[in-house]
Amino acid sequence: MSAFYLSALQLALCLGPMALGIYISMKVFNIPDITTDGSYTLGAVVTAIMLTQQVPTWMVLPACMLGGAVAGICTGLIHTKLKIDALLAGILVMTGLYSINLILLGRSNIPLINIPGIFSFHFFADDIINQLLVAGIIVFFLSAGLRFLLKTDFGIAMRATGNNPVMTQSLGIHNDRIKILGLALANAFTALSGFLVAQYQNFTDVNMGIGIVITGLGSVLIADALRQWWQVTHIGLQIILVLAGSLIFQMVLAFTLAMGIDPNFLKLITALFVLLIVAIPRLSKAIKRK
Amino acid sequence: MIKLDHISNVFNKGMQNEVVALDDISLQIQDAEFVVLIGANGSGKTTLLNCIAGAIKPSSGKIVIDGHDVTGLPEYKRSKWIARVFQNPNHGTAPELSILDNFRLAALRTKHKGLRIGTHAKFKNEVAEKVKSLCMGLEKKLSQNMGNLSGGQRQALTLLMSVMDDTHILLLDEPTAALDPKSAALIMNLAEKLNREMGMITLLITHNIRDAHHYGTRLIQMQEGKIVKDIPKLEKAVLAVEDMYKWFG
Ligand SMILES: Nc1ncnc2c1ncn2[C@@H]1O[C@H](COP(=O)(O)OP(=O)(O)OP(=O)(O)O)[C@@H](O)[C@H]1O
Ligand SMILES: [Mg+2]
Repeated sequence: MSAFYLSALQLALCLGPMALGIYISMKVFNIPDITTDGSYTLGAVVTAIMLTQQVPTWMVLPACMLGGAVAGICTGLIHTKLKIDALLAGILVMTGLYSINLILLGRSNIPLINIPGIFSFHFFADDIINQLLVAGIIVFFLSAGLRFLLKTDFGIAMRATGNNPVMTQSLGIHNDRIKILGLALANAFTALSGFLVAQYQNFTDVNMGIGIVITGLGSVLIADALRQWWQVTHIGLQIILVLAGSLIFQMVLAFTLAMGIDPNFLKLITALFVLLIVAIPRLSKAIKRK
Repeated sequence: MIKLDHISNVFNKGMQNEVVALDDISLQIQDAEFVVLIGANGSGKTTLLNCIAGAIKPSSGKIVIDGHDVTGLPEYKRSKWIARVFQNPNHGTAPELSILDNFRLAALRTKHKGLRIGTHAKFKNEVAEKVKSLCMGLEKKLSQNMGNLSGGQRQALTLLMSVMDDTHILLLDEPTAALDPKSAALIMNLAEKLNREMGMITLLITHNIRDAHHYGTRLIQMQEGKIVKDIPKLEKAVLAVEDMYKWFG
């Protein structure tokens, strides 16, 4: 397998938590949350600051997730308490976070080369294989945790809130509170992706999050198409599909790059690809009707 | 006991489309009473139920349940006393959750929804047993999504769900409107049985005069947001169904 596809696999794993985060906000709670760009960068920024201060990695990881959670709580509060459209609430927090990230980082870019981090845990001599394994382990435990959560009583309440808020309100569920918690969780996951990617690419850049939400969205949309195709109701399988969506997404991007397309077109290609994913089911339906 | 003290509710107050849905309603309902609420479309029945449940905060007046002033309590907090079946069959259940998950949530209506898995085999059997009593064959479909069922099936399950947990007050808003006659009779009998055996206050809205005549221990008729008839148990027992038809002229 060429280096292109190996790095696509690695990136898919690193961005997996973010895809799961979007799955939580968009699919479980039915809230279009685009705080993502900001909380992803926040995760990377916190990682850069703490790692360069020699804070041990096992403390950096929860700190990143906490940062993301706080961002999600802000969006949640604005959305539920001020009754502001979720999309707008997300944009507001994301915009605010850009300045906060810049102030925290102190400059637009911090390199992380030769700084011990999560990928310094060595199980394999081969660096690439080792990175895959480390990211794989984190994504595995995160997915297993999410699967468990969604099957618990609290998880049922989460899923029901996104599906039928009239019902949950009559069943003793405080919709606003559970939505805020859900957005906190989603953005904590997203920040974890920032943590992983910063260390994978060996730098944190204040602009690295711009447009990243579309990557997560694309992964979830691919997963959704597959879910409907195969009629998947099982939660564990849905989570695996989201991760598969992340992989397919990165593979398609790697493929276009491998074809020698100018990297400047990458965002345009990403947008067109997501458009394609959304359009195909509708177009095929329209054609069938004829 | 439920006590409504001068409850009024005005929608779109001060605007051109202002509606007085409830007009100074005072009412006391004793424990274990089975109240049947009738009245023309738009007479305020659903609004009254929504005020009791807390889904709507009345414009004025006070609501007391079991001695607690609940006027300011949001619906999710009042749910510790109240279970409800909505007029719209889609409102009572979550379509993309399995039947079992829906029941699990209903079983925790008054309880904490914590980080433990409660949909185990024992619970599943318990639900299957209850669902079997509907004779709709749904006990074999517990892991299917609720959205796959018909409106009537969902409404029947909503009624069962409403008594999965401790219930003091059961609010039924036209629970049989979406059902075929056989299922409708089943639901009405089930509602009566639940009221008799568990002794919760039951408030039923119906447009079916025969049901209103046959079921319940008290009959209330609403008109333009007011209570125009309130017939207690003994009088209701001797009421002729023909007379009731005349009320709607
Ligand atoms: N959310 C709302 N906003 C504005 N007006 C409303 C609202 N809900 C109800 N109304 C109005 O309040 C009045 C009472 O409505 P309600 O739903 O309580 O009637 P109902 O007795 O339940 O009628 P039906 O038998 O048709 O269900 C109607 O005139 C209705 O148009
Ligand atoms: Mg009504």
